[in-house]
This record gives sequence, structure tokens and C-alpha cells, in this order.
Amino acid sequence: MTSVTTTSQGQERHYLNAGYSIRSWLLTTDHKRIAILYLLTITFFFFVGGAMATLFRLELLTPAADLVSADTYNRLFSMHGVIMVWFFLVPAIPATLGNFLVPLMVGASDMAFPRLNLASWYIFLLGGLFTLTMMIVGGVDTGWTFYTPYSTAFSNSAVILAIVGVFIAGFSSIFTGINIIVTVHKLRAPGLTWFRLPLFIWANYATSVIMVLATPILAITLVLVAVERLLGIGIFDPALGGDPLLFQHLFWFYSHPAVYIMILPGMGVVSEMIAAFARRPVFGYKFVALSSVAIAVVGFLVWGHHMFVSGQSIYAGMVFSFLSFLVAIPSAIKVFNWTASLHGGSIALDTPMLYALGFIGLFTMGGLTGLYLASLAVDVHVHDTYFIVAHFHYIMVGGMVMAYIGGLHYWWPKFTGRLYPEWWGRISAILIFFGFNLTFFPQFILGYQGMPRRYHVYAPEFQVLNVMSTAGASILAVGYIFPIFYLLWSLRRGERAGPNPWRATGLEWQTASPPPPHNFERQPVVSGQPYDYDAVATEESLRDE
Amino acid sequence: MENIPLLPDQASTFAADVDLLFFALLGISGLITAGVVTAIVIFIVRYRRGSDAPRGAAPINTLKLEAVWIIIPFVLSMGIYVWAASLYFQMFRPPDDALEISVVGQQWMWKFQHPEGQREINELHVPVGRPVKLLLISQDVIHSFYVPAFRIKQDALPGQYTTVWFEATRPGEYHLFCAEYCGTDHAKMVGTVIALDPAGYQQWLAEQDGGPSVASAGEQLFLDLGCQSCHRPPGAAAEGQRRAPSLVGLFGTSVTLASGETVTADEGYIRRSILNPQAQIVAGFRPIMPTYEGQVSEEDLTALIGYIRSLENGNSENE
Repeated sequence: MTSVTTTSQGQERHYLNAGYSIRSWLLTTDHKRIAILYLLTITFFFFVGGAMATLFRLELLTPAADLVSADTYNRLFSMHGVIMVWFFLVPAIPATLGNFLVPLMVGASDMAFPRLNLASWYIFLLGGLFTLTMMIVGGVDTGWTFYTPYSTAFSNSAVILAIVGVFIAGFSSIFTGINIIVTVHKLRAPGLTWFRLPLFIWANYATSVIMVLATPILAITLVLVAVERLLGIGIFDPALGGDPLLFQHLFWFYSHPAVYIMILPGMGVVSEMIAAFARRPVFGYKFVALSSVAIAVVGFLVWGHHMFVSGQSIYAGMVFSFLSFLVAIPSAIKVFNWTASLHGGSIALDTPMLYALGFIGLFTMGGLTGLYLASLAVDVHVHDTYFIVAHFHYIMVGGMVMAYIGGLHYWWPKFTGRLYPEWWGRISAILIFFGFNLTFFPQFILGYQGMPRRYHVYAPEFQVLNVMSTAGASILAVGYIFPIFYLLWSLRRGERAGPNPWRATGLEWQTASPPPPHNFERQPVVSGQPYDYDAVATEESLRDE
Repeated sequence: MENIPLLPDQASTFAADVDLLFFALLGISGLITAGVVTAIVIFIVRYRRGSDAPRGAAPINTLKLEAVWIIIPFVLSMGIYVWAASLYFQMFRPPDDALEISVVGQQWMWKFQHPEGQREINELHVPVGRPVKLLLISQDVIHSFYVPAFRIKQDALPGQYTTVWFEATRPGEYHLFCAEYCGTDHAKMVGTVIALDPAGYQQWLAEQDGGPSVASAGEQLFLDLGCQSCHRPPGAAAEGQRRAPSLVGLFGTSVTLASGETVTADEGYIRRSILNPQAQIVAGFRPIMPTYEGQVSEEDLTALIGYIRSLENGNSENE
């Protein structure tokens, strides 16, 4: 076996040094390399989307129009949404951390369909190229929601290119989803029963089910928009005999479940990090695991809560409101269980744990403000105001992005074999937390005061809070740029991590860092419960040292 | 307006109710957040690595606690649900005696017409202390009529009426915003709602050059378009060889269609029947009415509806 496990220079052979040619990356079927390809791609899109946010936050410093024209402003927030949702948030955890970790965590040598996995990245790239082309030819100005009949009959922007980009990228989600589902079903190590799976796997499994079931709805909806825009076939535009509310039903039937595509994997990441840094099993494991499934199921039934003032029947509104309150319960279960997991632990506040705790706080606020929006009469007032902008950024950025960056730090040693510099990590985590709150908390107040979203110019009384928000955004930007530098630095200079720097449980820590091309030298066998952490033993070993 | 308020003005009968519900939510969510954050802070201090706090084995049976934090949030959220839903129900059930104002949204302005015929753009004068019902429609894309001080919002859709109502409680000038993104100058599709005391509103009405009332403008259109030749002209003889149903007393009643369905003859029904007459044929009549699509504007439709509505009062003809 030694000939397989070492390179000619005598180093341990791992997935990174298994080949250095461009070809060895572009034609790889190794899930770990594909994860890296995805990581680079979505990082690029994250900063493109972030640059747009920077521009429109600067524009919003003053009530008047001063930096960009109304049309440019509308394109900026539209493309920010399109890029962040479909080219960052949706693939963020499943396609990077998920791709890298799912086979490792279940004790498999790769995904079930390695070539499909590579194809998903190429498809994603193709969708991304359409999106970049769309930006170059002038952008899209419909909002990320493509509401009809504006998008089909009135917009003078590159709607078709935007739609094609999203349509194509959707297939990459489906492929990743299929891969994760089949891998979890078929490639689990001996002894790794469903209720011994890490919660990260449960979360990504639930996410994959949503991706596979919901994404086709988005695809067909976008095709219908294109058909109406290009051929004038009336589907959504009343001037052609269509129904504009039909579009909203179809769009949100995908896009609400897509919210859970974006947050569930983050919940999985947080469960792993809380357990590892509190050295305690996740409290109520089965409840946390099954709540992911509950969210995936009920999440399909709440789309109408985006339409309480759309002209939808008020009785439909009442049903959707009821279901939206129900879907909040499994999220609440997770928050309470994570909190309880800390009790009796041996807690270390390393960078990943700071992100995990930040996630719990911000996700709690994001989730609870979701109840305000589910409350029919309050939603009438705050719908389409900055309140909703703040709410979904608390979930998407305060929740998902915190979990993603935290997870990136937590598994960085596994990805690269090196540790990131701890103090820089903590400083960025704290900057991001405060920058985030300063950016988005004022937007809750702005929204309740009545400032509508997607406004290029605004009434003067809204300025103070907008200035706070922009100031926060600049801190947030710094917090996001730091890790780029120190993580790159750590690739060569970081301390060598060893297989398990956090002394964490889970199969991914039982192989070398970085892992060998086929993950495990020997087929791992699982005989115990997940999260077999022992705070008492940790404390004792600490005293012995 | 008040100075840098954390809440917008409360200027409608709904405002205080919505705010109360909002504060209830703020209280509940504040307590939950404070509870979670306090627990986290206590745990990370007490159980920081290396502290001497006692740490037992991890609990195995968590069912009781789980039940507590499933049932309590469920009960609380159901309470909020019922509260919010009943208030919402009121918001979309206008009283019968409401003053009806028609609203047409278009890129990028709001057009209003009062029952007596007065028109305004981007300014809406309303009386205080009287329910006002808005009949909204859009000429192009979706817009949304939003008055933060009244806590009401309703999308204006192309091709389909929507309604919302409010009762202003305090004279003053309030922001009117378009809340649904509608293109380039979405942010400039704003206006002012001016709430006046009843006498002030009457005076304002009198000062306007209103032209004919909505109903009489509609009557004129009804004649110009030749509707009366089938739908019984004003003052014409009663039952004869009827080619089309009578419109007298029609508004608000339920109509049996040739398909056997029944529909309520509301604004939307009349609108559809003018623009797409073949879609809902009244039982007992032949589908012979031509479409008026393209011949009547949104304002014309409002006028025709106003006229047909006025017929229920029996002021234009006698059965």
C-alpha cells in the first residue's frame, strides 16, 4: 500500500498533490477537487454580488440620486439578487462543503456519480457565463423575482440572458442534489445507520430533496417567461390573456423552498461545530435531524405567504399564514437544541464556534421576524419594505453566510492540511458579526417606518438609518475580505493540521488532512452514536497536561 | 409629522391595532431572543474550557424538554395567528357605506377619481372619520398602493380589480408609496394622501372642477357605445325580445351563468363582461355581445361600472 500512499518525493499522497496539471483539475472526478472548483467559482460570484451591494449602499447614503442613475440602481439590486441567490447561496454549502464532506462523512471513496458531479460544475459555469454576459450587455432590471408582466412585456434589459443563466444553473443544483441523495442512500459505511449520520448529512439530504423537487418548477416557470417575452404567447400578461398572479404562485413555489435550500445546510454546519467546540453530543439529535425533514416538507406548502397583498384570496392568505407559523416550529426546535447542547460542555471559542454562536443569534432574530411577516395584518404593513429586506438578510447572510464561512474555517485543515491563523479568524468573525448587525438592524426600523424596498431615492426622514446601514456595510466588507488574505497565506505558512486538529468525531476526521484521493486507506466501520464527545474527559485531559 | 419617529404616524383606525400586534410580537420575540442569548452567554462563561463547573454525562432522554419547547411556541404562535388573521380579515372587508374612490396605477403615477367626478394625480384627498374604499387597477405592470401611516397596502394588478379600505383618523398629509417594483422610476411613484376633516373635504370637492360624476359619465358612455340598444335603454319599454340581460339592480347580486355556475356581479365581473363577454354568458342568453377591449380605457370602465352600480338605486329607470 505504501506505493499508493506516498508520492515520488516521499510526501504523503493526497488529493491535492495527486496531479498538478490544469487537465488534472478540469477533468477530475474527485469530489474534493470538484468542491475546490466550486469554492473558487462561488467565491468569485460572492465578490461580484458584493461589489454591487457596495455600490448601491453608497448610493443610498443620501436620499437624492447622486452616484448612479435610476436604471443603473435597478440593475444593481437585481443582479445582486440573481447572483447572490443562484450563484452563491444555493450552491454555497451543498456544492462546496457538501461535495467535499458528504462522501467523507459517510465513509465513501467518492460521490455516487463522480462524472455527474463534474458535469454539474461545468453546467454551473455555463450558467455563470450567461449571467456574466448578461451583466456585460447591460444587466437585468427585473429584481431577482422576475415579476410579470414587467419582465415579459415592459423591461428593456437583458431578461432572456438572465433567465437562461438561472435556468442552466438550476440543472447543476439538480445534479448535486441527486448525487447527495444517492450517496447517502447507497454508500454509507458499514454500521452507519440513518440515526448515526452526522446532522450535516441530514441537513444536506433534506436540502437535496428540495433541490431535486423544486428546481424543475423554477425551470419551467422561466421557460414560460421566455416564451411570453419572445413569442408573445399569453401566459402571465393580462394584455395577452394571461394571469400575473400565476407567475407569482409558480415562482414562489420554487423560491420559498429555495429559502430552505439556502438555510438548511447552514444548520447542518452549525450542528457539527457546536458539538465539536462544546465537546458535547448535539442535544435531541433525532429532533434536530427530523426537523430538517419537517422543514423540507412543510416548506413546500407556504409559498402563498409572499402574496398576502397581491390580490390572492384572503382565505388562501389565512391558510398560508397558518402553515407559515407551523414551519417556524422545526426551526425553533433546532435553536433550542443547539442552546441546550452547550449545557455541561467544555466550550472553546475558536473561530468556527464564534461563527456558530453568531449564527444562532442572528438566525433566531431572522426566524422570529419571519413570524411578524407570517402575521397577516403586520405583513400588510411591512410587505415589500426594508423590514423584509432585513429579515431575509438575517437568514441568508446572518445565517447562511456565517455558517458557510464558519464551516470553511472548521474544515479548512481538512481541505488544505493547514490551520488558519486563529486570531485573524476571530477578528474577522467579530467584524462580520458587528458589521452585519449595523448594516441590517436599522433596516428593520426603516421598514416599519414604511420605507419601501428597491427605492433609488427616498424621503429625507429615512436618511439617518440608511447612513448607519451603509456604515455597517463597509465594516462587513472588510470582515469578508480579511479571510481571503489569511486563508491564502495559510496555504503555505499555516501550521500543519494533522488528521484531526479539533479532536472531532466524524469519519472525515479519521483520515489524513488533506485526505488521500480515495479518502480512506481502509473502509471505515461505524459502531457507535454520532457526536461521541465527552466534556468531562476533555476537562480531565486538560488537567493532566 | 413627528420628528424622527421610530414608528410612522398612526392615522387610520387600523394603525393602532397593527402596532399593538407588532408590539406583542416584539415582546414575545424579544423574550425568546433574550432567553436564548442569556442561556448561551451563561453556558459559555460557566462551561468555558478549563472552568471548574461540574459537568455530568450528557442527557439521554430529552423528550420532556423537547415537548416543552415545541408546545409553548406552538400555542403562542397560534394565538398570534388568530389575532393577525382576524385583523387582516377586517382590512379586506370594506364596510358597505364606504366612500368609493377609484385608483389607476401606471408607470409612474397614481390617478384617482372621486365619485363626484373629481380627479387627481399623486395626491389623494380623503375625509377623516369616514371609511374609504379604494378600487385599484393598473394600466401596465403591477404596482402597490401603500400608505404607511394607515398601515395598509394592496397591489394594483393589470386586468383585475383589487380593493382595500381605510378610515383616516387624523387630518394631515401622509406618504403614499408604490411598494411593488415597477421599473425605472418606481422610487418616484410616490404621492401624498391628504386627510381633511369632513367639512374640509366637502369644501375641497366643491372647489374642484369635477365635471360629471362617475355615474353620469358612465351613462353618457353607455349611450355612446350603444350599450343601451341591447341592455335596455334608460326609459325604454319593459320586457320584450330581450337580447341581453337587464342591468338594473344587477350590481352585487349573484348571476347564474349558462355553464350553471353562479358568480357575484361585482366590479371584476362587469369588467370581464365588457372586455371578454364570451367568457361568462348569463343563463338564457346567446353569446352575441362583441368585445369592447381596446375601445374603453380603465377610466371608462370605472365610469361604466359606476353607472351600472348606480342603477341598483333605481334612479335612472323604473322597472
